[in-house]
Amino acid sequence: MDEGKVSRRDRSLWWIAGVVVIAYALFPVAWIVSVSFKTPSDLGSNRFLPTTWVWENYENILAGGAQDLFLSALRNSVGISLLATFISVVLATFAAYAIARLDFPGKRVILTTALAVAIFPVISIVTPLFNLWRNIGLYDTWPGLIIPYLSLTLPISIWTLSAFFRQIPWELEQAAQVDGATTWQAFRKVIVPLATPGVFTTAILSFFIAWNDFVYGISLTSTEAARPVPAALAFFTGASQFVDPAGAIAAAAVVVTIPVVVLVLLFQRRIVSGLTQGAVKG
Amino acid sequence: MADITLKNITKQYGDGYRAVRDVNLDIADGEFVILVGPSGCGKSTLLRMIVGLEDITSGDMLIGGERVNEKAPRDRNLSMVFQNYALYPHLTVYENIAFPLRLAKFGDAEVDRRVHQASELLELDEHLQRKPANLSGGQRQRVAMGRAIVRQAQAFLFDEPLSNLDAKLRGQMRAEISRLQKRLGITTVYVTHDQIEAMTLGDRVAVLRKGELQQVATPRDLYTSPVNLFVAGFIGSPPMNFIPATVSDGELHTPFGEWRLPESRRPDLGGHDIVLLGARPESFEDSSVVPDTIREHGVVFDANVDVIEWLGNEQYAYVPYEAPEDIRAQLADLERELDSEAMRTQLVVSLDATSRIPEGTTAELWLDLRKIHVLDPATGRNLSVAAADAAGSDGAAGSEGAGATSDASAPEPSPAADENPSP
Repeated sequence: MDEGKVSRRDRSLWWIAGVVVIAYALFPVAWIVSVSFKTPSDLGSNRFLPTTWVWENYENILAGGAQDLFLSALRNSVGISLLATFISVVLATFAAYAIARLDFPGKRVILTTALAVAIFPVISIVTPLFNLWRNIGLYDTWPGLIIPYLSLTLPISIWTLSAFFRQIPWELEQAAQVDGATTWQAFRKVIVPLATPGVFTTAILSFFIAWNDFVYGISLTSTEAARPVPAALAFFTGASQFVDPAGAIAAAAVVVTIPVVVLVLLFQRRIVSGLTQGAVKG
Repeated sequence: MADITLKNITKQYGDGYRAVRDVNLDIADGEFVILVGPSGCGKSTLLRMIVGLEDITSGDMLIGGERVNEKAPRDRNLSMVFQNYALYPHLTVYENIAFPLRLAKFGDAEVDRRVHQASELLELDEHLQRKPANLSGGQRQRVAMGRAIVRQAQAFLFDEPLSNLDAKLRGQMRAEISRLQKRLGITTVYVTHDQIEAMTLGDRVAVLRKGELQQVATPRDLYTSPVNLFVAGFIGSPPMNFIPATVSDGELHTPFGEWRLPESRRPDLGGHDIVLLGARPESFEDSSVVPDTIREHGVVFDANVDVIEWLGNEQYAYVPYEAPEDIRAQLADLERELDSEAMRTQLVVSLDATSRIPEGTTAELWLDLRKIHVLDPATGRNLSVAAADAAGSDGAAGSEGAGATSDASAPEPSPAADENPSP
């Protein structure tokens, strides 16, 4: 009985700690949401909740004056992030498989290079990239952003995926080959299904990196042709130059957060750990 | 269904290490052959070379008379059960078993028929829709076997399939595998380090040591006529005792007295100063329970019995003795190679359960000299078997009796002979 009490007290402590952490992490988000529902005159009211709840800011960015700026940026962000994620996951899957399974010269070089690229500060290559892109005509285009995004997403994708592939027992592939599969069939019918959780995890990570990028987005674009949302937020203006655009910015921030949340909720069930359980041993 | 022939098979790794050396082996159609040896002897490598997961450095691998060295595993039409089963965790038991059939593009009806046939044979019917993660070790093992038997493979290959099971289940699965193989009559190669599996399952057993084939024979021949010190020490539990003896005028001077071997077990000892006498534990007996009719075939000697283990149906007595240093070192080497540790030179003697020899006393033991092997400590060769072979080559009393495998694949007289330089 005593032990039961202790564990119940423990559990309530855990709950309290959890609530504190969640409140701490979500407070800025709640604030943004609250700001997005305020009228411009309400912004300086020093109150957490809006005095009157209005959809004005959302109307402004989705249908009103800021519509052109926001919707094209949203389209750019979605397109560029999805493409960058897709290319990076496909490339990383093959690369990671080779790294996990094959012994080839230069394997360590690839891994260390990937790590080196990942720790290289983004800001230091933006300027040369800006010049280069301008000269070869990639400035302010989708590929002009997708390529730098690949340099951000590929290293982490290769690292996570190769760790994932290493967990898959090699015997499974050999068993498939003995059962009559070609190398490609063994890869497609056995390895890929088992690696799916890893691929999805990697895809989500890549998508976040591309989606959240600001430095490349602001430096390598100049018009609506390629400017992504994080960069576009800085160009919002109020109804007149005397109106604070914070409400519109907050509304846009809320709108771009939604796809990310949806994505995680959607793929959460695909990221099941322990899918390889039961393959080997007794 | 096919025969498998290994001709001068050698495996050399990139670092120059030779895992398998010049192995010759004929496996007849329908035969059950065991590859056995201590860990690191190359038995698994050899099996993986047969199935095609390991490249062959030199030599020829023939399956059904056709050279398969360069063929991919999928073109060899063999099925294999892996040590850790290697089930596909994302597929149900049904789909696991059906996997080879799906790859071979069988129709749904045919797949269904064959899967049910296999699952019925292995009593997996009620588990077909479950995932491997939810099965017990024995059930996973059966699924792995189901996947192997579901298609008409030329041969079954087993890589230590029972080593992950507990002792009781291992016994049951051993009987199951034996039954299955007899029923299906398919050529089978089975790798194990467990000599009980080796002795009970196989038509013939191939003993490997450091990548070299030592002896291929029926379990019975392996036990009664091991060709060398390694095989003699490896097969049998508790292992054979090796007693050092000095040769003088046909007499053998041992730590337990002067012995004279009977005519039948007396090889030509010319040129040998020291020999090892190999005697299995059951060749000894408490001299007080030996019937008079056979007493004359052996010798009686006094031995200092320091420990007795009574097991109910029999008892083991331990008799320590002093041996010359170089012989001791050689026996310790052998022990190490057999994955065990020799603490001291001692006899392990099996006695009748009714024997009442007390521990820590000197007792009179009897040794059946008709069952003694004389081994050359320098080369490891079993001189008794070599002598019997020589005598038997004109008569019918060869050590390669008309045993269980009377097919065309009777092994060449001891492949290990090449490896041991003649004295």
